Amino acid sequence: MTVTPIGIVSSAILLLFLSVLLASLLKNRQSLLINVSFIMASVSSLLGIAGGVWAVGGAFTIKLILPLGLPDLPFHLRIDPLAGFFITVICLLSFFVSVYSIGYIKGYLGRRPVTRLVIFYNLFLAGMLMVVLADDALFFLISWEVMAAASYFLVMFEDERIENRRAAFLYMIVAHVGAIAILLSFGVMAGLATGFESFNGYTFDAMREAQLPLSWATAAFLLAFFGFAAKAGVVPLHVWLPEAHPVAPSNVSALMSGVMLKTAIYGMVRVTFDLIGTYPWWWGAIVLILGLISAVLGVLYALMQNDLKRLLAYSSVENVGIILIGIGASMIFTSFQMPLLAALALIAGLYHTMNHAMFKGLLFMGAGSVLHATNERNMEQMGGLIHRMPWTAALFLIGCVSISALPPFNGFVSEWLMFQAFLLSPALPSPLLKLLIPLGAALLALTGALAAACFVKAFGVTFLGHWRGHHMPRVHEANWPMRTGMILAALTCLVLGVLPTFFIDWMDIIPEQLVGTKISASSGVYGWLWLAPVARERASYSGTIVFIGILLVVVAVYLILHVKPGAIHRAPIWDCGFGKLNQRMQYSATAFSMPLRRIFGFLFIIRERVKLSPRGLYTAVPKRLNYYLRVRDRSWGWLYRPIVEFSFWVSRQVGRLQQGRIQAYLIYSFITIIVLLVLSK
Amino acid sequence: MDLNIAAQLNSFLAAFVLLTAFGMLVQRRMFGLVHLFMWQGLFLSINTAIVGFVAGKHHLYISSVLTLSLKVILLPYILHVLIRRLKVHKEVEVVENIPMTMLMGIALVIFSYYLMSPVSQLSTLVTRSTLAVALATVMIGLLMMITRKHAITQIIGFLAMENGLFFAATSATYGMPLVVELGVALDILIAAFIFGIFFFHINTAFDSLDVDQMARLKEED
Repeated sequence: MTVTPIGIVSSAILLLFLSVLLASLLKNRQSLLINVSFIMASVSSLLGIAGGVWAVGGAFTIKLILPLGLPDLPFHLRIDPLAGFFITVICLLSFFVSVYSIGYIKGYLGRRPVTRLVIFYNLFLAGMLMVVLADDALFFLISWEVMAAASYFLVMFEDERIENRRAAFLYMIVAHVGAIAILLSFGVMAGLATGFESFNGYTFDAMREAQLPLSWATAAFLLAFFGFAAKAGVVPLHVWLPEAHPVAPSNVSALMSGVMLKTAIYGMVRVTFDLIGTYPWWWGAIVLILGLISAVLGVLYALMQNDLKRLLAYSSVENVGIILIGIGASMIFTSFQMPLLAALALIAGLYHTMNHAMFKGLLFMGAGSVLHATNERNMEQMGGLIHRMPWTAALFLIGCVSISALPPFNGFVSEWLMFQAFLLSPALPSPLLKLLIPLGAALLALTGALAAACFVKAFGVTFLGHWRGHHMPRVHEANWPMRTGMILAALTCLVLGVLPTFFIDWMDIIPEQLVGTKISASSGVYGWLWLAPVARERASYSGTIVFIGILLVVVAVYLILHVKPGAIHRAPIWDCGFGKLNQRMQYSATAFSMPLRRIFGFLFIIRERVKLSPRGLYTAVPKRLNYYLRVRDRSWGWLYRPIVEFSFWVSRQVGRLQQGRIQAYLIYSFITIIVLLVLSK
Repeated sequence: MDLNIAAQLNSFLAAFVLLTAFGMLVQRRMFGLVHLFMWQGLFLSINTAIVGFVAGKHHLYISSVLTLSLKVILLPYILHVLIRRLKVHKEVEVVENIPMTMLMGIALVIFSYYLMSPVSQLSTLVTRSTLAVALATVMIGLLMMITRKHAITQIIGFLAMENGLFFAATSATYGMPLVVELGVALDILIAAFIFGIFFFHINTAFDSLDVDQMARLKEED
């Protein structure tokens, strides 16, 4: 038997299933269970990385038909560079997170059994890999549901709290509404591919060959986009994200936010670029506009949060928006027959997919370490953790710098590529787009700036200053497996930022297959050092040189400050002579985001109240001041509440049929029989 | 036997079946109902035997005996025991607006004849004219279930409906295949037992056999 990429990835999936079986055997030995299961998950992730990297690097397209499934409807598997790329992303992060989990899940030992967590964690990983490998609608949807159900149980893990159950339920509903839309979309494509009498249209191959009329193609695209957008958390379908991510265990949040959202991105790319193939430009415009809205609103919502994991969840909405901007732009360029620009935008989107998986995984792991150490999610209660958790602080800072798109880390590269694509848009023939795309570039720049502000807040309030709560708990640094997971993710962020040319050369095969050209056709000439996506005269970036430059400056500053002893010394904070500084007087998370809350206040529902006490004799000299602030998302009131109320109204109306009297039910059947008899006469 | 006479006998018995159906619709005493049900079963059984003889379908004799033993002897006996055990034999059920119910029954009979007229024209069987009566019996049984509140009356209404169906089968196609009929007979028997068990439970739970009490089982708003 020869070794092929698809064989390697399939064996990774089998290993995960084996680990699920093993977990039920080892449930009485929890500590051993954690070690064995997560080591198996790590090994299978490594296998997956090998298979994925090889599939992309060797430009393989391999199919496999499994003798499983329904009679006459076997499962089809297929690996191609696009699938290989997403497998690499998924397995890379799941490797880091599995290593991290060995340490993190030990925190639950003695508090609650973790068998369920371990089982669904492995199923979840297997589900994601199967989604990417699937080559027919049936297997795709089954895998999609395995993934959704497993993640539902992971969100439900600490199910004694009502907020967790509520969040998991909301997630389940959104996931299923999305899954129905995807199912319908496949139904439209399969039906038009081979006619509704035969089932053979369920393979993706049949859908690829079908020539859909524009109206049906649009229906299929809109349904699929809706379904995948619900999973990816595109505004206004994002409401489940900020509920589900904070309550899930942090390693699961890292995977859900880092890679599960990416399977939805994969679905969008697969359906639009691969299965449908040709489309009008306004499809791309829809994706682009929704991406812009998600990016800007996502980061603004993130800024308003004081819960660390909620902030990260909203930031995922933002980053999914950025990825969609790239994909939407690529769709627009493709429909105007500009393959080079389309390839550039697609690479930017996919590169950002990879980057977001890495740094958001890193940040969630960091948040998990903080949570693990302090049992606290509210940033207003934290502070000064850099002294107790230097490793976590440094690694979290790397994540923050990466996500804020600052060089030399990876976030910068993908956003820079995206700007390059945008700046070339004047070549587009449509005046509307000529207007829209620079506007998009401006909004993207705004998003970047706001994201930086957001993560200055996240890092500053959490790690700097002094502890803000009443008693500082016994905070401990993350243990070694956790640290290893985070260090690996941080290194990947750095490598992806410093040596982007290698990765772009590696994944260049994807745009060649999907939109018809490579981008290295223009940049390859200048070697690995310079990333010049269009032409060197136009724009080029060298992560390596920037990195070396930054390193030199840091070393120089360090030497200047530290070479002479006594140049740095610690002293109490200057308190303006007031003399009563306490930890409550620090810059707080709410205060930090206040200016932006004032500027963008119309986007939120804000309730703000200040209460002075005691009132009465000395109102000028209040003893206490209570400040109450609640910031909420408008989409809940605008979109979801009407739907919820409408469905309750309908249920109440239907409920009236339920009389409770047998006679009434008999009358229903009696009248039905009479009416049918009259009609059939 | 002359075919003509057979057809007349058939119609005669059909008239009695319909009459007992109307009787059940308005009978307010428990034992009276059971007796009417017994009579209906008896007419049905005789009718089945005659049809079997005229049409030369000998399996209909078995059906006839089955009907006789089940619907004339066994089920009435079970109902009798049930009524005594539940101590409802002295109850007089309140039936609202009897004339209105009768008028609705008559309307149903006319409606059945209207529905069945094309079928009767096409059919060549001896029993074709009684098809409408059979349908009317089914619908009157259903009407009885709707208008009554007592659980025992409801089950008698249900059994009357089944009688109508059996009658329809005999008059439309000279009876169903024997296997089907045996199955149906078994079903009826088992249904009677299950109803009996349920009634005891309902009686203990609600202290009454009035099905209106079960409206309390409804989900509250």
